[in-house]
Amino acid sequence: MIELKDVGMNYGGGTLLDGVSLALPQGSFHFLTGPSGAGKTTLLKLCYLELRPTTGQVEVFGEPAGNLDRDGVAKARRRIGVVHQDCQFLDHLPIVENIALPLVVAGRDTAAEAGNLAELLAWTGLTHRAEALPPELSGGERQRAALARAVIMSPEIIVADEPTGNVDWEMSQRLLALLLELNRMGRSVLVATHDLTLIRQAKTKVAARVLRIRNGKVEAAGADL
Amino acid sequence: MSVISDIGDLMLGDARADRVVPPTGFTATLTLFASGAMAFLAVFALALAFATGRLAERWEGALAQSATIRLSAPDGEVEAQIEAALTILGQTPGVASARVMSQAEQAALLAPWFGPDLPLDLLPVPRLIEITETGAGFDAEGLRFRLAGEAPGAVLDDHSRWRRPLAEAAARLRTLGVVSLGLIGGAMGAMITLAAGAALSANAQIIGTLRLVGARDVFIARAFVRRFTLRAAAGSAVGTAAAMAAIAVLPPAGGETSFLTGLGFRGLEWVWPLAVPVVAAIVAFWATRLAALARLRTLP
Repeated sequence: MIELKDVGMNYGGGTLLDGVSLALPQGSFHFLTGPSGAGKTTLLKLCYLELRPTTGQVEVFGEPAGNLDRDGVAKARRRIGVVHQDCQFLDHLPIVENIALPLVVAGRDTAAEAGNLAELLAWTGLTHRAEALPPELSGGERQRAALARAVIMSPEIIVADEPTGNVDWEMSQRLLALLLELNRMGRSVLVATHDLTLIRQAKTKVAARVLRIRNGKVEAAGADL
Repeated sequence: MSVISDIGDLMLGDARADRVVPPTGFTATLTLFASGAMAFLAVFALALAFATGRLAERWEGALAQSATIRLSAPDGEVEAQIEAALTILGQTPGVASARVMSQAEQAALLAPWFGPDLPLDLLPVPRLIEITETGAGFDAEGLRFRLAGEAPGAVLDDHSRWRRPLAEAAARLRTLGVVSLGLIGGAMGAMITLAAGAALSANAQIIGTLRLVGARDVFIARAFVRRFTLRAAAGSAVGTAAAMAAIAVLPPAGGETSFLTGLGFRGLEWVWPLAVPVVAAIVAFWATRLAALARLRTLP
């Protein structure tokens, strides 16, 4: 579904990623870990085409990303649900409209999707907060809303950047449960996190592959987790 | 990006797409004010074009329906040549009437330059024959040819040498009005381009979010295009209404009053200013569309 082939990424004269190869097949569950600044977010952005690699190639759904024009990138992103680190909401719209935003930009009839939207709000526990504006939500509610927005288009892969970074333990468990449920439904999941406890808990419930970025390289994490 | 689809969206509206961009901001006020001011000026430029058009017609009309024969001949031949000229004129198709101006009338014509006591009978002042044309007019060249043969002292002045510069001046004034309209439209387009660029920059984070969820450039541009087009139409409608009201209360032109008091619209000309908001909306549509797509291409 998404494959990075010998990808390198330079930033400001330095090398952030070097010769990274990674495949995210359908139904897989990957954790990406590593210290802050190691390149986790950059690698995720390469996956959802916000960045283009300095060297190497990114393939999404069998198509080299370099072959995609701007519309092609937009259409590919509709098949990738992204939970951004800072959620990235439109603060002037109620949270229900933020969650429905992918439907709107895709030209889908939101009235026809009202049932799905209600289910999604219930699934993420946000029914009572549907009309609240994003700044009025707590960190956990924002993360759950971001997850709801990421999955409303039934994407084939979920990419989440530190989804539990700003939430308490209880909320992180809830978010993890949601991600595991999505994976059980056949979605591929890639989560960047340095929350090792979360990774250990997930590994008890799913055959997750844990990758670590170190010195620009991606390697399989060992038993030290 | 389909233009037809964009225009359809513009007419029908897409409330959901509109809502993705915050409705407030200084660009909204700027666009409303600038398009209103431009429309106000455009209506006056239009009025100028119409007024100069009427002026040109009046000048041309006033001079085109008359001509003069100036007759200078040695003493003793003057009366005979006048008779000959009147006979020719009586036979010339397109001449409604011809009469010899009296010395008193000629003295009145010269009075502004030489005073009322000019002794015309002592001066070699040519005699004048005033010709009134029919609507069809006469063949000036043919008349000149006949006069040269039968009344050699007669010189036909069909006023064309006066008419031409007046008509040219009026035409240039009219061109000035049209050029002013073009410049106003161009300035409005430039202003809306700048405002749209500023709005896109101010909403860069929103654009980033929209792209994150799969929005194509066409979707993002459409939200801005619709907003700016409607604002420009609304602002220019107000500006047009204000200008039309201002023109309507201008002092009425009367008789031989100056050109400026004739500035305005008459009859069906009042329909023309109503096109200003429509043209403003079209200018805004294209200016915003081109600016938005160009700017979106530069954003990551």
